[in-house]
Amino acid sequence: MQNKPILEQGHDLIGRGIDLIKDFCKQMRSIHVDHLEQKWITIALLTVGLLVGIITIDAFFHSINPPGKVETIDSAKLHLSQEFAESNLGVQVDEKGQVLVRMVAGRYSFFPKHIAVPAETKLTFRWVSMDVLHGVHIPMTNMSTMIVPGYVAEITTSFPKPGEYPVLCNEYCGLGHNHMWSNISVIAKEDWKKPASSIANKEPDNG
Amino acid sequence: MDDSAVRKLTLGHLWVAFIAFILACFMGEYQVLERSGFISALDSPTVYFASVSTHGVLMGFVLTTFFIMGFGYYVATTSLKTPIWNIKLAWYGFWISLAGTAMAAVPLLTGKASVLYTFYLPIQAHVAFYIGATLLVVGSWIWCVIMLVMFSQWKKSNPKKPVPLAMFATSANAMLWFWTSAGVALEVLFQAIPLALGWIDTVDPGLARTLFAWTLHPIVYFWLIPAYTAFYVFVPKQAGGYLFSDEVARAAFILLAVFGLPIGFHHLYMDPEQASGWKFLHGVGTFIVSLPTLVTGFTVIASLEIAGRLRGGKGLFGWIGTLPWTNPMVLSVILALLMLILGGFGGVVNASYAMNAMIHNTAWVPGHFHLIFAGTTVIMYFAIAYYIWPLLVKKPLFSDSMALIQLWTWFIGMSILTTPWHVLGLLGQPRRISSVVYNNLLTLAWKPYELAMIFGGLVLLGSACLFIYNLAKTQLNPAVAGFNDQIEYAEPFKPVQSLPEYLNDLKLWNYVIAVLMAISFGVPILQFFFMETFGSPAWGY
Repeated sequence: MQNKPILEQGHDLIGRGIDLIKDFCKQMRSIHVDHLEQKWITIALLTVGLLVGIITIDAFFHSINPPGKVETIDSAKLHLSQEFAESNLGVQVDEKGQVLVRMVAGRYSFFPKHIAVPAETKLTFRWVSMDVLHGVHIPMTNMSTMIVPGYVAEITTSFPKPGEYPVLCNEYCGLGHNHMWSNISVIAKEDWKKPASSIANKEPDNG
Repeated sequence: MDDSAVRKLTLGHLWVAFIAFILACFMGEYQVLERSGFISALDSPTVYFASVSTHGVLMGFVLTTFFIMGFGYYVATTSLKTPIWNIKLAWYGFWISLAGTAMAAVPLLTGKASVLYTFYLPIQAHVAFYIGATLLVVGSWIWCVIMLVMFSQWKKSNPKKPVPLAMFATSANAMLWFWTSAGVALEVLFQAIPLALGWIDTVDPGLARTLFAWTLHPIVYFWLIPAYTAFYVFVPKQAGGYLFSDEVARAAFILLAVFGLPIGFHHLYMDPEQASGWKFLHGVGTFIVSLPTLVTGFTVIASLEIAGRLRGGKGLFGWIGTLPWTNPMVLSVILALLMLILGGFGGVVNASYAMNAMIHNTAWVPGHFHLIFAGTTVIMYFAIAYYIWPLLVKKPLFSDSMALIQLWTWFIGMSILTTPWHVLGLLGQPRRISSVVYNNLLTLAWKPYELAMIFGGLVLLGSACLFIYNLAKTQLNPAVAGFNDQIEYAEPFKPVQSLPEYLNDLKLWNYVIAVLMAISFGVPILQFFFMETFGSPAWGY
C-alpha cells in the first residue's frame, strides 16, 4: 500500500472529481435537444431566475423573511417562566418605545383573549404553546406563524388598517379546534394608549 | 407471452386503490356538507375529524401507493417484455400493504386516530394506526426492490441499450420513494410508536415536523410520476403522433427525483424550529424543481402538436381542433394540463417564501392540492385505468362515452370545488376546521363559496361513481371473441442516437441525492441534538 502525503491524495481526489464533471458535461452535450426546446428551457430558466431573484432581494435587502428565530422554551413550565407568567402577557412597551406582544396559545384560546395594538407601528409578537401544536393567523394580514410546543415563535409586523380583527387558530389541535379564536383591536396610532402595566421585562410586583 | 399472472397482480392492486378512492369520495362530500353548517343535524367534530383523517389516508396513501405499485408491475413486464421478477414476493408486498391498511382503518373509523394524515405529534393516535401505516409503506418497499432489480437485470442483459422510457420513469420513482419514505419512517419508528407504547415520555414536535417535511414534498412526485409517465409514453401514440423528445423526458424524471427531495422546508416556512436561512435554501430548490414540470409541459404540448398536424391541423392553433378529443387519454391530458397550469400558478404563490404567510394553513392550501393532486394526477390515473383496463381483463371498455362524460365532469366538478376554496383562503378561512363558529362579520363573506363547494363535490362524487361503474361493468361483461388489443408505447419523433449512461442509470443520481440531502437536512436535523430542547408529553385530542 502506498502512503502518499495527504496533500497529494487530496489533489488526486479533486482531479478525479473534475474529470467526472468534465465527462458528465461532455456526455450531456452529446444528447440531442431540439432548438425550440432549447429556447423554451432558456425561457423557463429566466422565469424561475426572475422569481428567485425577487425573493432574494426581498430577503436580503428588505429583510422580508418568514419567522425563523430558533429559540426553545419549556412549554410545560410556562407559568413558572418569568417571561410568560400570567402578569406579563399581552401588550407592553419597553424603554425604547418598542411594542412587544406576548401571547400564550392553549386549547382552546389565545391568552389574553383580547388585546389592543396601535396601527402603523412595528409590533413584535412572541407566541408560545402550553400544550399541543397550534397556528395563528390574523386574516387579511401577514401575522401568521406556527406555534410549536417547545419553541418561541417570534414575528415582527405592523398593521396598516385600524379595525377589529379575529385571531384564528389555523392548525388542527383537537376536536375543539374550531372554537380556538380571540380578538385583536387595531387602533389608530394617535388614539392608542400605552397599557398601564408597561415597560417590558419589569420585575414582578411584590405589592 | 402469457401475462395472466401479472394481469391478476395489477388488477388486485388497482381494485384496492379504486375502492379506497370511492369510499374517500363519499367522505369528501360529507365533509364539505358538514363544514358548511347548512345542515345542523350533521354537525359533529368527532365524526368530521375521523372522516378527514380517513379521507386523507385513503386518498394520499392507499389510492396512490396501490395504484403506483399495480401500474408499475404492468409497465415493468410490458415495457421490458419479461415476467415479474419474483411474483410471489410481489404478492407478499400486496398482502403486507393491505394488512397495514386494514389495521390502520380500525382506529381511523372508530375515531381513535383523528390526527389527520400528517400525524401532528404530540397529539397521539392509537398505536395500531402508526403500525398499520408503517406496514403499508413496508409493502411498498418490496415493490421498490422488485422494480430496481428488474431495471438492473434488464440493463445487464441489454448492455448499451436505452432502458425503455416507461421503465426508466418507474424505476426513478422507486428510487425516489425509498428516499422519500425514510423521513416519515424515522418519525414513526423513533417518535410516534415509542410514544404511543409508553417507551418514551416525550417527543420533540420540532424534530417530528422536520422529519415529516422530508417526506411531505417528494411524496407528491411519487404520486405524480405515473401521471407524467402516461404523458410521455401513452399520450403521443394515443393522439396519433410521436414523443417529441425521449432524452429530455429522461432528464425531466431525473430532475424530479433529485430536486424533489431536498426542498421540504417550504412546508415549514411558518415554523419556529428552523432558521430562515435553511428555509430560503429549500425555497430556491422549490423553484428549481418547477423546471422539469415546465419542460414536461412543453414536451407534451409539442407531442400533441405533432399529432394534430399529422392529422391535418393547419395554422397556429388549427392542430388543437384536429386532436382526437374523444380519446380518453388525449382528453385527460388536455384537462390535466389546464389544471396543472392553474395549480402551478398557486404553487408559485405557496413557494414564495415570505408571501406564504398570506395563505399558510388557510383554505387556499387544500384548494391548491386538490387541484394538482385530485385534478391533474388523479385524472391521469383515470386515463391510465381506462387505457389498461381492457388489456387487463381482455374485454373492450364497457362505455367510451361514459368515460368521456366522467372525465369532463371530473374537470368541471374540480373547477367548481377548488376555485371557491382558493378564494376562501384569501378571505382568511383556516383549513382543518369542522364548522365556522367565529363570531365575526368576516364569516358572512364565506357562505356563498361554501355553497358552491358543496355543488362541486356533488359533481365529483357522481363522476367518481361513473368511473367505478364503468370499470366494474367492463370486467363483468361477457368475453368478446377476437378482442386482442395490445399495449402501445409511444415512439420518439427522432430515434435516440446515443444516450449518455447518466441518463440511463440511477447510481450516480443516488450519490447526488445523498449529498443534497446531507446539505439541506443535515444541520437542520442535527441541531435538535445539540441545542437544549424541551420535549412534549403525549396529548389526546
